[in-house]
Amino acid sequence: MKLPSFEGGVHPPDGKALTAEKAVELYQPQGGELIFPLLQHLGAPCSPAVKRGDRVLRGQKLADSDAFVSAPIFSSVSGTVKDIGPRMTIPGSLEECVVVENDGLYETGPDLLETLGLSRPAAPEEYLKVIRAAGIVGMGGACFPTHVKLAPPEGRVIRWFIVNGAECEPFLNCDNRLMLESPDILAEGLQLCLSLFPQAEGIVAIETNKPESIQTMSLELERLGDPRMRVAPQEVKYPQGAEKMLIRSVTGQEIPPGALPADVGCIIVNVRTLYQIHQALTLGTPVLDRIISVTGDVVVSPGNFCVPLGISVRELVERAGGFSEDPVKVLAGGPMMGISMRSLDVPIVKGTSGILALSERSALLPVESNCLRCGRCVEACPMRLVPSNLDHLVRLRDYTAFEQAGGMNCIECGCCTYNCPASRFLTQTCRDGKAAVTAERRKKGAPKK
Amino acid sequence: MTSRLVIASSPHIHSGLTTQKIMGWVLLSLLPAGLAGACFFGARALTVVAVCVVTCVLSEALWQKAMGQPITVSDLSAAVTGVLLAYNLPPTIPLWMAGLGSVFAIILCKQFFGGLGGNIVNPALAGRAMMLISWPVAMTTWTLNGVSGATPLALIKEGVSASVDALPPLWDLVIGRVGGCIGETSAVALLLGGGLLIWKGIISWRIPVVYIAVVAVLSLLLGRTGGVFYEVLAGGLLLGAFFMATDYTTSPMTARGQIIFAAGCGLLTALIRTFGGYPEGVSYSILIMNLTVPLIDGMTKPRILGEVKK
Ligand code: SF4
Ligand code: SF4
Repeated sequence: MKLPSFEGGVHPPDGKALTAEKAVELYQPQGGELIFPLLQHLGAPCSPAVKRGDRVLRGQKLADSDAFVSAPIFSSVSGTVKDIGPRMTIPGSLEECVVVENDGLYETGPDLLETLGLSRPAAPEEYLKVIRAAGIVGMGGACFPTHVKLAPPEGRVIRWFIVNGAECEPFLNCDNRLMLESPDILAEGLQLCLSLFPQAEGIVAIETNKPESIQTMSLELERLGDPRMRVAPQEVKYPQGAEKMLIRSVTGQEIPPGALPADVGCIIVNVRTLYQIHQALTLGTPVLDRIISVTGDVVVSPGNFCVPLGISVRELVERAGGFSEDPVKVLAGGPMMGISMRSLDVPIVKGTSGILALSERSALLPVESNCLRCGRCVEACPMRLVPSNLDHLVRLRDYTAFEQAGGMNCIECGCCTYNCPASRFLTQTCRDGKAAVTAERRKKGAPKK
Repeated sequence: MTSRLVIASSPHIHSGLTTQKIMGWVLLSLLPAGLAGACFFGARALTVVAVCVVTCVLSEALWQKAMGQPITVSDLSAAVTGVLLAYNLPPTIPLWMAGLGSVFAIILCKQFFGGLGGNIVNPALAGRAMMLISWPVAMTTWTLNGVSGATPLALIKEGVSASVDALPPLWDLVIGRVGGCIGETSAVALLLGGGLLIWKGIISWRIPVVYIAVVAVLSLLLGRTGGVFYEVLAGGLLLGAFFMATDYTTSPMTARGQIIFAAGCGLLTALIRTFGGYPEGVSYSILIMNLTVPLIDGMTKPRILGEVKK
């Protein structure tokens, strides 16, 4: 039977075999520096809540903001605040960071529920407060603060609460391993979330290339015996895990341009996000660690590691045995949407799902040639845009026409570039076009004189 | 070590299908028709193909060099144009004419428009059209095994229609033992090549299937003498439908657009064959439809996900 799905998309080689069977290894460094950027989410950056020289505990808040759309940052180790200042981050820019010298003791401070003076587990009317206080953001990579997502605008009835375990990015297995190893936590987490949305079905969406995860999660949901929850197997197709695509596949609903999932009755959270929600609501634990797939053809022993946030990419790579040869690209994330890094001396943040090191053989190092008008980008675009045309318009700097042609709907999934025989930098030009339009809008929106 | 890391925008992997590979597949699938041509028209046919390919590739390289552009003949698109032009010429064509036609196709129809992807009409077909206007006699002299004679479609046009028996048997059309252009006569060879292109995903089935189906249905409605199979197998229809109307640059990008385009090609072909001054209408039909591509593309823009239909 063909599963309902979205139109477009591509089938890149999945590279998952490298780490699919690797159980998550806990790795807690015994010393060294951990670096915590003050902006690890979409929204307002945090301000430091500690000073240089302060002793901090694991779970202690390092930074927070008064803004609604923001999320606090916690120390993942115990130790001393060594510095507060600019450090290199994954995208290659210098960002304000809190640097903690790890004492290796992992001494834990009071938990959130205790600090907030709440019962254990928290009562439903306190959920959003706890989730905000726990610094939970979309851990699939979008990093949008979860308490905002779980508070849909007035009048929206949520009918589908979708847990995104599609993990359509090639090479990554962090979500897959989480579903295999902590299905009970995820199932209970989903039940907790459903208590916020009485009319919603709870659906765990998993691509069919992860049959064990599908089975494990189904058994677990059955065990809880809640008829509102089920697993929905999904066609293996990139970008199945993109919010708009997954909503289309699971519910048949299409999100109009500019609208939110809640506008079509959906809330969608990544599995790791759900895990953090559960941990916060039941144990009062904020976002401290995450699972990261360290993989790629030049990594000596690829694996999945649960590490404290703030650890450097270099240390993580060394933990995976280092490189067998010099990679030409090291990515934070998967090969379709990951960010290529200039240096390995940057910290892991909340949204980092994988470290992927590619050799010259496997990385795309393209030389652009003329567009053939072959239509492969059009066929691949899951947003049903015409990437070749958008590319053309951006190169002409005709941003008005770019916007009219729907360019702002581009989700930067990379399907068009992946499919283009002429290796046009379609995704990149779309990204540039979007940035230009956004800058233009900001200029216009700015107070007049 | 880390200083050598490449910084680039995502995505970081690629399907591996390049322009060169696509053109390579097209050349490979054109091979059977060329062999059939050599088989029925002799080695002369191969000489014409060689002249066209070499002239196309050389003129592209020289032009790009003269213009200070990067030389891109290794993408094989000029070679494809050369083969397609040759396949649309009679085997007896003087070689200098074939050479001039090639120069015209590459320089005037392709490079003047910005090279690969920029042209608005199929260069091979435009080259052929130019040659037909310039040298009408040489372009319509058909021989088979050294004996000159008319093509099946010309016979129908001349009104041999009275008796179907005067036409070559259908079987000869299937294998290609009839008068005609070098690469157009052997239905079986063309179907083999076209099938390969569809199977490998280089072209979609839409344009050839719709094109051929429309011609078949219309020839039935218009009561053409030879019958449906005859209309489909005779002349340049198969070559045109599989290899020329499917040219990426000069056909629409979306599925719906391709169907409209192919239906237009089919309609024009049937009309020209029946009512036009020429016995054959494939080349002109495709050329005319090439010109409508921007219009069709504009009309068949895909609906953006979530956008409400207007
Ligand atoms: S895939 Fe590349 S070559 Fe084909 S139409 Fe799109 S941009 Fe042009
Ligand atoms: S245009 Fe944007 S949304 Fe469409 S395939 Fe390209 S990157 Fe993805």
